[in-house]
Amino acid sequence: MDYSALLSRCAQDLRPSGIRKFFDLAATMEGVISLGVGEPDFKTPYAIRRAGIESLEKGRTWYTANAGLLELRRQIAAYLARRFSLSYGEQDILVTVGGSEAIDLCIRACIDPGDQVLVPEPSFVCYDPITRLAGGVPVPIVTRPEDGFRLTPEALEAAITPRTKVLVLPYPNNPTGAIMKREHLEAIAEVLRRRQILVLSDEIYAELTFEGKHVSIASLPGMAERTVVVNGFSKAYAMTGWRLGYAAGPREVIQVMTKLHQFAIMCAPTVSQHAAIEAMKSCDEEIERMAVQFGMRRGLMVNHLNRMGLTCADPLGAFYVFPSIRSTGLTSDQFCEQLLKEQKVAVVPGNAFGQSGEGHVRISYSYSVEHLIEALRRIESFVEGLK
Amino acid sequence: MNQLLQLLSENARLTSEQLAAMTGDTPAAVEAKIARLQADGVIRGYKAIVDWEKTDRDLCAARIELKVTPKSGMGFEEVAGIIAQFDEVESVELMSGGYDLGLTVTGKSFKDVALFVAQRLAPLDSVESTATHFVLKTYKQGGVMTCGEETDEREGA
Repeated sequence: MDYSALLSRCAQDLRPSGIRKFFDLAATMEGVISLGVGEPDFKTPYAIRRAGIESLEKGRTWYTANAGLLELRRQIAAYLARRFSLSYGEQDILVTVGGSEAIDLCIRACIDPGDQVLVPEPSFVCYDPITRLAGGVPVPIVTRPEDGFRLTPEALEAAITPRTKVLVLPYPNNPTGAIMKREHLEAIAEVLRRRQILVLSDEIYAELTFEGKHVSIASLPGMAERTVVVNGFSKAYAMTGWRLGYAAGPREVIQVMTKLHQFAIMCAPTVSQHAAIEAMKSCDEEIERMAVQFGMRRGLMVNHLNRMGLTCADPLGAFYVFPSIRSTGLTSDQFCEQLLKEQKVAVVPGNAFGQSGEGHVRISYSYSVEHLIEALRRIESFVEGLK
Repeated sequence: MNQLLQLLSENARLTSEQLAAMTGDTPAAVEAKIARLQADGVIRGYKAIVDWEKTDRDLCAARIELKVTPKSGMGFEEVAGIIAQFDEVESVELMSGGYDLGLTVTGKSFKDVALFVAQRLAPLDSVESTATHFVLKTYKQGGVMTCGEETDEREGA
């Protein structure tokens, strides 16, 4: 078989995710400590796990409605209203297999061949390939450390063309930790209100916002009708393995997304949906408990990295810091490779998140304080050794 | 809850610099706060959590349930104070329910602990009865698992 002729040109041409590059290498080495993961180290709170177990014991092992359990969609609507002042009915919500599926559906629901999707960079690795698979054209918008890696209205305005259909708004941001405060979002909304562009607001890290509360662009005047909010249970409730997320947005868009979801997935895992109902009902305190831990670790990382000359633009969200490594004179790849070889610490090169991430590395602080302190000690030895 | 105390109660070896970075304070302010907490008797000490089973130390621990007659005016304070004086006694707590004072007692051997109970505790004036429960194995102490290693099973990125 000639598989290269068999497999789609488009799929073969996609670049593999650069996040795993050093992670996989690290897995083959002894004594490596990783700062690579993109998921909470906490276990899912027990009340939530218990609800999943109970649903299995009761034999709830069937499909749910395509859009997700009605009770769960109601709880999601209540949660979005309670925590982010967003107003959605259960018909405006689609439960998906992780936030990832919601992103995929939203892009596929909007994009015809040749349509453009604006993607602020550095950002998570999925928007570009999903757009390409839909025949669309991803258009990166470079964000800069001096702007705190935020999307500016000027950069947005400059990137918009008549073919622009979707703006991805990935804040709080993986990998930079940047957030968009209300005033920053107001400026972006001002540019968009006059236009026929849908915002895909990827708010999966919304609950991990330090110093102030997360603001969703959909809560600004006139924006709910042009925004699909993507969120999920993975990061806020430490539920990555349950694969459960959701999209909330204009009914017309959600209906088309639900149609695609129906053909590809049928419905999100039933056991996860039952567990998620419990999460939304009773676990606001758990969210905050974990967020406090992340906040303290963040302080530890930023302080120590800045002192060793790896400067971080103040990361106010998610659980990553994205220090500049330019002071070392190394490229991102060289830094990661040598750090792994010499001190056995695995981090992710910034260029995995777009070319504009070059000169940075992504460091996850989703680890115990003791683990982080040991990793920081090793990174410091490494940086000292370069001098 | 006081963030500084919580951090110290989990790991007392964090430096002032680290504690300051984690609580959004300056190192000098953290040191002043710790000094204050010590002076006020809020922080009573710092010690390592040791898994003695991994060492050559002979150690035998027991929980002792004591029923005692409270003294008028003094309640259980006087006898608890006397019992706490013994080096063999690690902890003394006033309990609700079936007995009055709960003790943790350590010695080199079962015999050591048994003799201590028979010769030192039982004869005390107000002690009515004792019940000794020997510790066979420790799974967790001071909030730390001491059996088996917890590994990071995360494979994703």
